[in-house]
Amino acid sequence: MKLLTLLIMFPLVVSLIIMLVPRRYEGDVKFVAFVAAVIELILSLRLWYGIPEKGYAFVEQVAWVPAYGINYYLGVDGVSILLIILTTFLTTIAILASFKSIFLYEKEYYIAFLVLESAIIGSFSALNLVLFYIFWEMMLIPMVLIIGVWGSGNRIYAAVKFFLFTLVGSLLMLLALIYLGKLSLAQLGRVSFDLDDLLRLGIPVGVGKWLFAAFALAFAIKVPMFPVHTWLPDAHTEAPTAGSIILAGVLLKVGAYGFFRYGVPVYPDAAGALRWTFLILGLIAISYGAMLALVQKDLKRLIAYSSVSHMGFVVVGLFSSNQQAVDGAVMQMINHGLSTGALFLLVGMIYDRRHTRLIKDFGGLAAAIPLYSAAFVIVGLSSIGLPGLNGFIGEVLVVLGAFREHYLAGVFTAIGALLAASYMLWAIKRVFFGPITHDENRNLRDMSVREWVCVIPLIVLIVYLGLFPGRVLKIMKPATKHYLELAEFERTNWMAEHLKGIRFPAEESPHEHGGEGE
Amino acid sequence: MEDAMLRLILLFPLAGFLFNAFLGKRAGERVVSWVGPASIFFSFATGVYFMSQLAGLGEHGYIRDVIFTWIASGEVSIPFSIVFDHLSGWMVLVVTGVGFLIHVYSIGYMHGDKGYYRYFAYLNLFVFMMLVLVLGSNLLLMFLGWEGVGLCSYLLIGFWFTEEERARAGMKAFIVNRIGDLGFILGIATLLWGSAVVSHPTVEFSQLQAVVPRLPEWVVLAATLLLFVGATGKSAQIPLYVWLPDAMAGPTPVSALIHAATMVTAGVYMVARMNFAYSAAPLAMDVVAGVGVATAFFAATMGLVATDIKKVLAYSTVSQLGYMFVGVGVGAYAGGMFHLTTHAFFKALLFLGAGSVIHGMSGEQDIRKMGGLKDKMPWTYRVFLIEGLALAGIPPFAGFFSKDEILFKAFASGHKLIWAVGIAAAFMTAFYTFRLIFLVFYNTPRYDESVHPHESPPVMIIPMAILAVLSFIGGFVLGFPHHSLIEAFMEGVFRHGVEIHGASGLEMGLMFLSTIVAVAGWAVAYRMYVVDTTLPEKIAQRFKAAYALLFNRYWVDEIYDTLFVKTYLGISDGIMRYIVDDVIIEGFLNTAARTSLGTGRQLRKLQTGDVQAYGFAMLAGVLLVLAYIVWRWAT
Repeated sequence: MKLLTLLIMFPLVVSLIIMLVPRRYEGDVKFVAFVAAVIELILSLRLWYGIPEKGYAFVEQVAWVPAYGINYYLGVDGVSILLIILTTFLTTIAILASFKSIFLYEKEYYIAFLVLESAIIGSFSALNLVLFYIFWEMMLIPMVLIIGVWGSGNRIYAAVKFFLFTLVGSLLMLLALIYLGKLSLAQLGRVSFDLDDLLRLGIPVGVGKWLFAAFALAFAIKVPMFPVHTWLPDAHTEAPTAGSIILAGVLLKVGAYGFFRYGVPVYPDAAGALRWTFLILGLIAISYGAMLALVQKDLKRLIAYSSVSHMGFVVVGLFSSNQQAVDGAVMQMINHGLSTGALFLLVGMIYDRRHTRLIKDFGGLAAAIPLYSAAFVIVGLSSIGLPGLNGFIGEVLVVLGAFREHYLAGVFTAIGALLAASYMLWAIKRVFFGPITHDENRNLRDMSVREWVCVIPLIVLIVYLGLFPGRVLKIMKPATKHYLELAEFERTNWMAEHLKGIRFPAEESPHEHGGEGE
Repeated sequence: MEDAMLRLILLFPLAGFLFNAFLGKRAGERVVSWVGPASIFFSFATGVYFMSQLAGLGEHGYIRDVIFTWIASGEVSIPFSIVFDHLSGWMVLVVTGVGFLIHVYSIGYMHGDKGYYRYFAYLNLFVFMMLVLVLGSNLLLMFLGWEGVGLCSYLLIGFWFTEEERARAGMKAFIVNRIGDLGFILGIATLLWGSAVVSHPTVEFSQLQAVVPRLPEWVVLAATLLLFVGATGKSAQIPLYVWLPDAMAGPTPVSALIHAATMVTAGVYMVARMNFAYSAAPLAMDVVAGVGVATAFFAATMGLVATDIKKVLAYSTVSQLGYMFVGVGVGAYAGGMFHLTTHAFFKALLFLGAGSVIHGMSGEQDIRKMGGLKDKMPWTYRVFLIEGLALAGIPPFAGFFSKDEILFKAFASGHKLIWAVGIAAAFMTAFYTFRLIFLVFYNTPRYDESVHPHESPPVMIIPMAILAVLSFIGGFVLGFPHHSLIEAFMEGVFRHGVEIHGASGLEMGLMFLSTIVAVAGWAVAYRMYVVDTTLPEKIAQRFKAAYALLFNRYWVDEIYDTLFVKTYLGISDGIMRYIVDDVIIEGFLNTAARTSLGTGRQLRKLQTGDVQAYGFAMLAGVLLVLAYIVWRWAT
């Protein structure tokens, strides 16, 4: 069996096995799920050694419903490989993090996670639009169940809201998809949904705009972009810890990935025409998310709004016309997955102990549980883009790239970093510093071994990627470069524009400089 | 010259940090007391070694160590590389030298603290980050150090985090600095893309030097001003100085090292490092000098009436940093670095002296409750006096030479107004310095009988004595007029500075004037705080409004709080509560949902089991549309 198919099928097979486990052994299911997730993680690491210099690697192409151009067509480039590894990595941690918090319908719970993992990997590797759509929809059901069944308080409301938002988007996408099939029949003489064929289509601009809008709405809801983000705070707040980790860590990235793989490349004209609209929506999201994060009373809601802000960077990057911004966007996707995943994980731990997430119920925790506090502060600092930690790399590349587009875009992205410091440090101060204000917090247990096992890999990556992002940037480079070629954005360079017509003194330094690094 | 050993300067403090952070708690206070200072000492020794290497390389010589490629994206490539030249090398010695002494002092000061290992871990990390800032070969790496020292400052100000006020002060420092850093990062972007237009995108100092002359002036002006915004944050200048007085909430040795000697001078260092760019943008230079002298004056006025021993020193630091910016702003880069160096000696010592007083007074910081400590703490008094003389600008102590160098250069380069304001601030400096000394060490004690002042242990006194010697001789050894060692040393780096020749008569006259001003400051303070101690009260009564204005620090904190903090919070809260999320967006979507279903029910009520109905209706609708499309397609 080929690797990508194996990666998609393995979690499904394991969930079938789990399904067969009798109820009385239900308590042991988590170990099966965890071992499966670890195996899946190890398998996915094999991808690391097959990163293509150009095009796609690990390609599989099997005709499925050839009459309708639906093929089982898989393949990955640098970006999808990074995102798949992020998925398997976070799923492993999410499952381990659930050990002590889920006691109800355990079988179903772990099945939901494994099916979700399979669907996400499928979305990241599908190169046929219908196949992508199938995986896209396949992600929805387990996530709705995770929120609706194992969530807290207002979970049904959150699950329904999540479901409706996503469904509206994806159904519109389905309509646009069918129209694309029709176009391909007209232009190529056969129905095809393979990405290569779609990229060859000449889509009339008038129709293209509507088709792009339909795709974009589906992706934008998933990202989520302002102003269709309102499902996110509810979904995050009510989802169980592991659900939030996966939701923030990878599910949102599928939306951004949709733009990256399909939305922009298939409709370069429409995307080009609407580019500044999206860029500005991204800029709004950065400040808007940060401002709302500031006034949240619930820690999970705060992190949810900070996600809106952080994903704004991704959108700005993807709709900029230079390599730095796009690299920054992909970097930001990975970093946000790690940092926000870790933040939700940590909030989950304190929730397990205190059964509250309200900031006012804490205060002075650093004195009671110093190790936990240290972990939270490190992750929080990475989330606000402190240089030396991972968050900075993506943010600074997006800031520099956006500045290259237009100085105002640079200013507004950079402001995001400032606002982030205000909401995160204020929250940290109220939760961890000052005197202990609630007696319940006095005798809290610090991190357990299992919790450390969850957190340490995340922190290691947070530090490692902040200092040595070189490998990851190199891996994504062919893919991001290819994206920019496909996107056909009009290259804007504000500085060059404004220095036009100025005569520069001749080049003084004779030595040639290789700007591309070694 | 390339030398891979250079990175040792960074690795020692880093190793110290890692050891103290991860093993320090288990290793115990004794081990940490060795590891912490030793790691800085080795770094200092390495610095001395490379200084000797540098001597053989000529005035433009440098030693470089390219460690790895940090960020590479498209045509942009940012290496993690460090450069040891006459400017950064000098700074390394100041940072590690003063840093080492303060580490030693901390052994005594922090003895028995529960967070002992944590303290040394942070302090080691600080030195590491400061060295990255100083040695980094490009602006982005400097920014890494720049925010890194900010982080350590945040952690150390809030070191005793269980107290609300301290934690708040740390947060304030970080956020105010981030405002400055916003400018810094945009300055980096301006230079990066500006250089991309004329050659290739770069923020390496060595390459910018070639690029900047070829850029139009407005680009250079914009970049230098934006970078200076960063400097006003880090170096506590108007309008972002407000965090520094609050930062005194940290342990006193931290105030000495971070908030007096090293970190806060990073802005001055940055301007000196980027001297080629600032010299190419005269307007930016004027802004730097103008902001500097305004801050020097403004902060000194607040120092006149402060009653907390550390706050007096904090305002004094802000004020002295202002002088340094005057120096680099009028093109006297070496003069700015000279004052930076002497200030590092005497201000660090003043803080250590203050720490010794606070330590001896069991935590008391209010100078109104001190007095007469001269006999109880003789060594502390002596070093404090030397430092005071240095700060006040009395010859031949260090501060006199360096401050005078700056004022003379300002005058000689035609900035007469700046010189005049600087002299006025110098008078106030002398006054508040001696006011502090008289109130703390002279007259009869004003503290409770329960307090028993005692001298500090040798581990605290010896580092102070070394710094005292340095601030006594540092002035005339390093920067004797016309034979300035420091100026000669950095000549290769500062090719664009002002050059003033043959005005020694004028210089002598100005020096004489400064001396008179300083002595006058002493005399007034002596009259008010030793001879007739009822005078201050009378004056305060007489000029009530002015006194209130100064005592309340011009209400700047309150104004900022209302203008920015409360407004920002209010807007955010308003959006949250009334406008977008709940009303407009939700309302719109809910209405859309309602109308599409044709039911009048709220989305919220869907929990009751209407989910299926909802989903079904939607599905049915979509199926209909689908069917229509398929039908159209098929026919």
